Amino acid sequence: MQEHFQHLYEALSQVDGYIYPNEIDLHWGLMIVLYPYITGLVAGAFILASLERVFNVKVLKPTYGLALLTALAFLLVATLPLVSHLQHPFRSYEIFMTPNSTSAMAIFGFVYLWYLMAVLLLEIWFDYRLDFVLWSKNAKGFKKYFYKIITLGINETDEKSARIDDKLGYFITVIGIPSAFLLHGYVGFIFGSIKANPWWSTVLMPIIFLFSAMVSGIALVMVIYMVVSWVRKVKIDMKCLDTIARYLLFILIIDFTLESLDQIHRIYEAEESFDIIKVLVSGKLNLTLLIMQVGLGTIIPLFFIGLYQFYKPSEKIRKATYFIVGILVLIGIFFMRWNVVIGGQLFSKSLSGFTTFKAVYSGMEGYVMASVWIVLPLIILTFLLWLMPPWKKIAYHD
Amino acid sequence: MGTNRDRINNKRRKFFQTSAALLGGAVVFSIMKPVELLAQPKEEEPSKDNKENLPLWGMGVDISKCVGCGKCVEACKIENNVPTEPFYFRTWIEQYTVKNDGEVKIESPNGGIGGLKQSVPDEEIFKSFMVPKLCNQCSDAPCVQACPVGATYISPDGVVLVDETYCIGCSYCIQACPYGARFMNPVTKVADKCTFCYHRISNDLEPACVEVCPTNARIFGNLRDKKGDLVKFLQKNPTQTLKPHLNTKSKVFYNGLSSEVR
Repeated sequence: MQEHFQHLYEALSQVDGYIYPNEIDLHWGLMIVLYPYITGLVAGAFILASLERVFNVKVLKPTYGLALLTALAFLLVATLPLVSHLQHPFRSYEIFMTPNSTSAMAIFGFVYLWYLMAVLLLEIWFDYRLDFVLWSKNAKGFKKYFYKIITLGINETDEKSARIDDKLGYFITVIGIPSAFLLHGYVGFIFGSIKANPWWSTVLMPIIFLFSAMVSGIALVMVIYMVVSWVRKVKIDMKCLDTIARYLLFILIIDFTLESLDQIHRIYEAEESFDIIKVLVSGKLNLTLLIMQVGLGTIIPLFFIGLYQFYKPSEKIRKATYFIVGILVLIGIFFMRWNVVIGGQLFSKSLSGFTTFKAVYSGMEGYVMASVWIVLPLIILTFLLWLMPPWKKIAYHD
Repeated sequence: MGTNRDRINNKRRKFFQTSAALLGGAVVFSIMKPVELLAQPKEEEPSKDNKENLPLWGMGVDISKCVGCGKCVEACKIENNVPTEPFYFRTWIEQYTVKNDGEVKIESPNGGIGGLKQSVPDEEIFKSFMVPKLCNQCSDAPCVQACPVGATYISPDGVVLVDETYCIGCSYCIQACPYGARFMNPVTKVADKCTFCYHRISNDLEPACVEVCPTNARIFGNLRDKKGDLVKFLQKNPTQTLKPHLNTKSKVFYNGLSSEVR
């Protein structure tokens, strides 16, 4: 606790203008930046998978399974930063036991569970069931046991059962699209519904979160697809990659437009809070917002992918660009979450001053912990890809 | 005499028994808990008619009377075990100084404990005044709306309280409060805020800050008591609440609130 106080005394000496005395401590740190970031990656990856299945974009076939498993790996971790940030993490189950129906955060718990249990796990199961049955015949050891158990005793391999799998899987994907929208729209609502905070309180927040989620999820699957192909030493399907990049471009344009609209609206209306927000954007957030989010994360990717729609350089250059652009977009969206979560707490609700944010390395809220939450889903994904490689699938939906 | 194999089997059996008991216990607990809550008698929840007989607590603040001595802040910290570090306040005093050039300076070093001193030279001052701040005990409290588990609630007599044994410490209520009236208590690790000294007012005493105020700048009372001091104060003076545009229906009323106050 002494260390925390010392940290706060330091922040106190750096206060700019006037802030309410209870505002020196920033209550939401890195963990709450990660939470919408990771949830967004899930929603985005799922929507990319749905493009292939429901909207029949067959050229995206190589990434369908990969996108689903990516969504699952990240979804399993999504709530962990949130829980680890709680002061009483062992009471977190109360959110499910006695949820407050007017609380956006409480309802999120159910949206999350619905999405994990009813949508993602079921869709993956229907997609893989036949493969599990077939794989279990040849596999050995852990894999064999896993495949046998996970089929849940439904071992039919005839065409009729495959058709049923396919139908139900399709049905769940159709339900899954609004669910994915709901999942991340809701995360946006958690912030957008706080009327006390003029930086958060905008009706566009859920939509902005949703589109930025799609952007980040698509970029993530694009990067993972390239990495996995390199590791497996197989040729990257350029048609597929170009198509993903094109979708990334479209969604990024919508996302950028929405965010610009939000800012233009603020500037034009210039409400009471505008003076402080102006200083926030041009000062405290100029590195993370103008350079990282807008410059690196939006303008550069827009320029390159946009350019490639008219002029296509060699595959090698395209691959390299897509890879770099994917990483830049992922960094940009991370800073978008940062600018919302941290940015919204830097200025006082008295609209008269600023506090500072200094992230630490150690502890539950530190950089080390944050990197654990980023790396953990990648480890889970590696495990899932080993356990149920989409490229070894025998059955495939129409 | 058990053979080696028997021992292993016994060990295994024990393990299975324990795991089954643990698992079963967890399942029963999770099923029982919501049922238990439903089974609880609803006597604590008074009906609407009943509520009319209860007091509805509120506070009036007479800005012109506050001298910024900070005694209320100190008394509050002692009475309610608020950590002494200058980052945790259930109440605090802000000193507003409007300079001749129109610039507004707001200060509240250590919440005003020890008395507020003017840092602007006299000849530069256009006007200056003190504003005591505390939880506004909103009737439509954004913090209550936001709490995911219902750990913060409005008592039947209109005070916003936090159940310390229930709060999960997510800080969402702190984000939702427009007045900066809440903080995360570093000792209890739950959200903390002004309770109008609920333990005192339930026993016919005044909140600590009201009791120690040397100038009677804070008027505590029952908003339903038409003959009480608070209602009289509201009738006599043109009062305002803080941030009325947020429609929180605050129950702390300020007399002489200047437009500079946020």
